[in-house]
Amino acid sequence: MSHNQPKQGFAQRLDQLTPQLLILPTVLIILFLAIYPLLLSAYLSLSRFKLISGGFELKFVGIRNFKKLFSGSQQYHFLGTMGDILFWEWLIVAFLAVGFGYWIVRYLRSAKVSVIGSVGRAITVAVLLALTLLAFSVLNGTGYPGSLMVTLFYVFTGVAIQFFIALGLALLCAQKIRGKHFFRMAFFIPIMVTPVGIAYAFRMLMDMSQGPFSPIWSAFGLAEFSWAADAWLARWVVLIGDSWQWIPFLFMVLLAAIENQPKEQVEAAQLDGAGSWRVFKDITFPAIAPVAATAVLIRLIEAFKIIDLPNILTNGGPGIATESMTLHSFIAWRTQDLGGSAAVGYSLLFVAVVVCVSFFNFIGQRTVAKGAN
Amino acid sequence: MSVPKSSFWQRLTEPKDVQSMSPLKKIFTYSVLLCWSFVVLFPLYWLFITSFKLPIQVSDGPFYLPFIDFKPSLHAWEYIFIDLGRDTLRPYLNSIIIASISTVLAVFIGSMSAYALTRIEYKPKLGSIIAFIAAVALVVYLTVTVGMSWQLSLSIGAALFVIFVLSFSRYFRRSLGNNDILFWIISQRIMPPVVSVLPIYIMFQQLGLLDTHFALIVTYMAVNLPIAVWLMRDFFAKIPVDLEESAMLDGASRMRVFLTIYLPLAKPGLAATTMLILILSWNEYLLALFLSTADAQTMPLMVAAQNATRGPQWWYMSVLIVVMIIPVLIAAGFIGKLINKGQLTGAVKG
Repeated sequence: MSHNQPKQGFAQRLDQLTPQLLILPTVLIILFLAIYPLLLSAYLSLSRFKLISGGFELKFVGIRNFKKLFSGSQQYHFLGTMGDILFWEWLIVAFLAVGFGYWIVRYLRSAKVSVIGSVGRAITVAVLLALTLLAFSVLNGTGYPGSLMVTLFYVFTGVAIQFFIALGLALLCAQKIRGKHFFRMAFFIPIMVTPVGIAYAFRMLMDMSQGPFSPIWSAFGLAEFSWAADAWLARWVVLIGDSWQWIPFLFMVLLAAIENQPKEQVEAAQLDGAGSWRVFKDITFPAIAPVAATAVLIRLIEAFKIIDLPNILTNGGPGIATESMTLHSFIAWRTQDLGGSAAVGYSLLFVAVVVCVSFFNFIGQRTVAKGAN
Repeated sequence: MSVPKSSFWQRLTEPKDVQSMSPLKKIFTYSVLLCWSFVVLFPLYWLFITSFKLPIQVSDGPFYLPFIDFKPSLHAWEYIFIDLGRDTLRPYLNSIIIASISTVLAVFIGSMSAYALTRIEYKPKLGSIIAFIAAVALVVYLTVTVGMSWQLSLSIGAALFVIFVLSFSRYFRRSLGNNDILFWIISQRIMPPVVSVLPIYIMFQQLGLLDTHFALIVTYMAVNLPIAVWLMRDFFAKIPVDLEESAMLDGASRMRVFLTIYLPLAKPGLAATTMLILILSWNEYLLALFLSTADAQTMPLMVAAQNATRGPQWWYMSVLIVVMIIPVLIAAGFIGKLINKGQLTGAVKG
């Protein structure tokens, strides 16, 4: 074949291969350190690990590990203890189902319908409805949330709070103010502290009798009170630590985006007498939406992995109240239940993928499309 | 509304001109920002002064101001840096080596791919991808269940994959695009470390590389690559294509375009990405817990190790946490200077 062509030099041939060479390292590294662990832990999650003399033994047990989590002895730990679902909660779920149904029907009748798109939407809807039902069920009366609900609480409440605080701070900081550099630098510092350190620091700060705020607590007669004994207070304390650490990330990204938006548009609107809310809603927010979506996506992904804070602050307690799924998996691993650990990890992966992919496809893409117009 | 009342109100709420803020808004802005500064800085201040406290000063209740409330002592600093000496220095150096090398590698390799994904169109065949996953699954199966040595099973898997790609892959027409690759890359970041850490542990154990710098560097690089690719892609996408096209017409190779045009122009983005990844690998705890025991131990492990049988040693911990922030602060100051120097506008106009 190559006889007719002039001989190519090594450099030229290399240059033709550049497209492949540019992307090959990333692909290879990720394949080796992602696909292989993914498959091996899939296998682990389907087997039972046992230490025997001189090594270990893996026995294939099918989906027994998952069964244990979803309906067996570990159900209280993973899904939680179920309570009753009230009538009005059924109503909400029904409304949601109708809304989602409408959304899917509209998609099916649109021009860009595809098999993958339909299956994806069906999975999103099914998982969201199931999680809503589960949330209602474990939060009622006799119910008690397991690590799945606790993780979702950290993720959704946490990311929402962090996003709005970060956005507010970024908007304030983007104005013409003095000490901008100081504020910017100071607000960025928490993300530099190692999460383990943050967890210990908050354990010190939240100490009701020896911490820095103890005079305030005792003034209210709360010195003997312990937040660590109350499930919801403990969860909120974990969330406060998590927010303290991660608001800086969202703050920096949003501030950069706000400062990059064209100034002329804002000034023109202000001259026309538009209030600051109008300016934000019609000009600033659409301009920063794509960046905000990417930042929230990255934050969502990281939020699912929360482990250091609950592990050190509360050790997952009281009981299992603050245990995230990563911590659940870690605890299972520590008790040498490798199969169970991998099964929790896999369930986490599934929920995280559904949430993140749904966010990326149904919210992220839309803001990108709008921002481009 | 009566006129004199509203004039005071007006003076408070209305700015002197369009450009400046009204007094009320100014008060609001500064008070919120100062409150948040307190929220952010107070925990750090508390860590800092705790590192100078004697154990009894910690357990006897809150003391706020050194020299006034309590007499600061250097005992914790002496313990960490003189008594422990080498045992502190080793994890510190380990952390510096591992975090910096893995960050540089992740950012460089990641931006290479990010550049490629923004400017070159790839069409990987779906068939080859499925074949690859099947090959890896086969390797795992042969090694774990059948008990074959990993060298043998790996070569069998590789051989079967190559044979498949060379012979059958042309029958599979379906191919994927750049966005699919990109999403696949970021989806690797969704995987929680608890899922991946055990297989990685087994892999490095088989290779005899546990508790080495190499294992941690490779792992950190791999887990941070997706972030590098994603962030850098955004920055590269903003660089006008004209620049590249004119350079290519002048006969520059792609690699050269990447190194001499794209990397320098994306310096602010490069700096921000480097900063984020540096922080992530500097502070990483869970993977280090599995992959290192003594020789390659990193600082976060050492902080956690101060929670000894006698309960948390707050004073030692505080010293270590404070000491851990310093290099990152220096790096941030250094890198922050790069972020401020946006060069893109100049290059495009000039």
